[in-house]
Amino acid sequence: MTKAVIGTVGSIGAFVSGGYLGPAIVIVAMLLMARVAGVVRPLVRASILLSLPIGISVVLVSVLTRPGATVLFNLGPFDATLEGVDFAGQTIIRLLAISLSIGLFILTTEARAFVFDLERRGVPPRFAFVALATIEAVPTLVERAATIGESQRARGLDTEGSLRARIGGLFPLVGPAIITSLTDVEERSLALESRAFSRPGRRQLLWSMPDRGPERVLRAILVLGLVALAVAQIAGLAIPGLV
Amino acid sequence: MLRLREVSYRYAGYARPVLHDVSLDLASGEIVGLVGPNEAGKSTLCLVASGLAPGSIGGELTGGGLEIDGAPMAGQPLHELATRVGIGFQNPATQLSGVAGSVFEEVALGPMNLGLPARETVARTRAALATLRIEDLAERAPRRLSGGQGQLVVLASLLAMRPPHLILDEPTAQLDPDGTRSVGEALRRLAASGAGLLIAEHKTDLLAELCDRVVVLDGGRLVAAGPAARILSDPTLAGYGVEPPTAVRLERALAARGLDAAVVRQ
Repeated sequence: MTKAVIGTVGSIGAFVSGGYLGPAIVIVAMLLMARVAGVVRPLVRASILLSLPIGISVVLVSVLTRPGATVLFNLGPFDATLEGVDFAGQTIIRLLAISLSIGLFILTTEARAFVFDLERRGVPPRFAFVALATIEAVPTLVERAATIGESQRARGLDTEGSLRARIGGLFPLVGPAIITSLTDVEERSLALESRAFSRPGRRQLLWSMPDRGPERVLRAILVLGLVALAVAQIAGLAIPGLV
Repeated sequence: MLRLREVSYRYAGYARPVLHDVSLDLASGEIVGLVGPNEAGKSTLCLVASGLAPGSIGGELTGGGLEIDGAPMAGQPLHELATRVGIGFQNPATQLSGVAGSVFEEVALGPMNLGLPARETVARTRAALATLRIEDLAERAPRRLSGGQGQLVVLASLLAMRPPHLILDEPTAQLDPDGTRSVGEALRRLAASGAGLLIAEHKTDLLAELCDRVVVLDGGRLVAAGPAARILSDPTLAGYGVEPPTAVRLERALAARGLDAAVVRQ
């Protein structure tokens, strides 16, 4: 739960604070924690991959279309302004801070542990199950898609040629993957009914996540800090370097 | 005693029933085999006998109903039905919850859903694993099991609910001979522990070894029922698309050549 709060506060904090300093603090904090967890490289890679497509479009749109007094250069009919560069820079640093916050949570948290912890805290078992089953279903779906792909290729389907051939090859893969998944879902839901899944009320879980006092204090500080930051923003209070 | 009384059932959106006036009793400790050609209605009968049809999948009982220990099950909540009758299907991969990190967690899921105290859940889980002799799988990841192991875990998961009746729809259909043998031995132990088993199955060799009685379904109607040895050696069985057990076919082949078929029975 603490990791989820850190990720959420980091993401929202970077978004709310604006400017450069707030998101930069979030980035440094996330990288330091990633170093402790030993996931700096995968985190940076994932974060860049997540931010890059949006970042490129933000740079192009902001730099070339945002009006401003200081024109840096011209590109055809477009003026690249200093204000546009500044806006793009602020957006990209926010994007990086958000993707690092979310990425750190995903890379360092076991999905099952998180969902069981949510259930222990009162989230309905049905919601917890659906969330976890969705996460756990991804590798199965990938495996099945690979199997279907191999069997379709064995029957002559071209899935590795030109872009057009690849796109054309997608349709015979997607159909069987979806249909078999739906069939599986029906059978799984019946099997779960036979194990009293629809019983209302809470379950007594066999496992519980340790929740130490310092973690609870840290979560409270982070949430209060975020609320304070949001209130300051709404009230128009200037926090040097942040707002 | 699980009892189907003159059950007729049709799926939602269909005008014609799939089952017609089917009556069937399943006593504690008894193993009843269910055979018939494809599309005979075996899977539907399994769903009706477990209360999932119409309880979960919809449709309509146009006649008769399901009774357990003399009490009608119509309108019973599914989670209460689950403690009286369990159902297993042919593919272990789609019956495992997909959320358990170990076999122990998988088997414990049902008792946890019942809201049992943790101590009772652990006791039931251990007992179910022990009955099926798969304690050594307890720490394994369910996703990494073989088909036979997966089906044993499914059976253990049902057993942990402690239902007095189990309905199994082709439990060995996707298993190799070793897996089939393991599941067959497990089913025998389940029946010995007092569970009544209804097993829909194409593998008549397995049914010949396990079953006390066999019923034949064709076109949604029960066309024959009786002791397993008599039904499985009935010459009309092949006419329903059911291959007789190997021993029966061997006896017939020997007899056709004028040889002494009694040697097969020995």
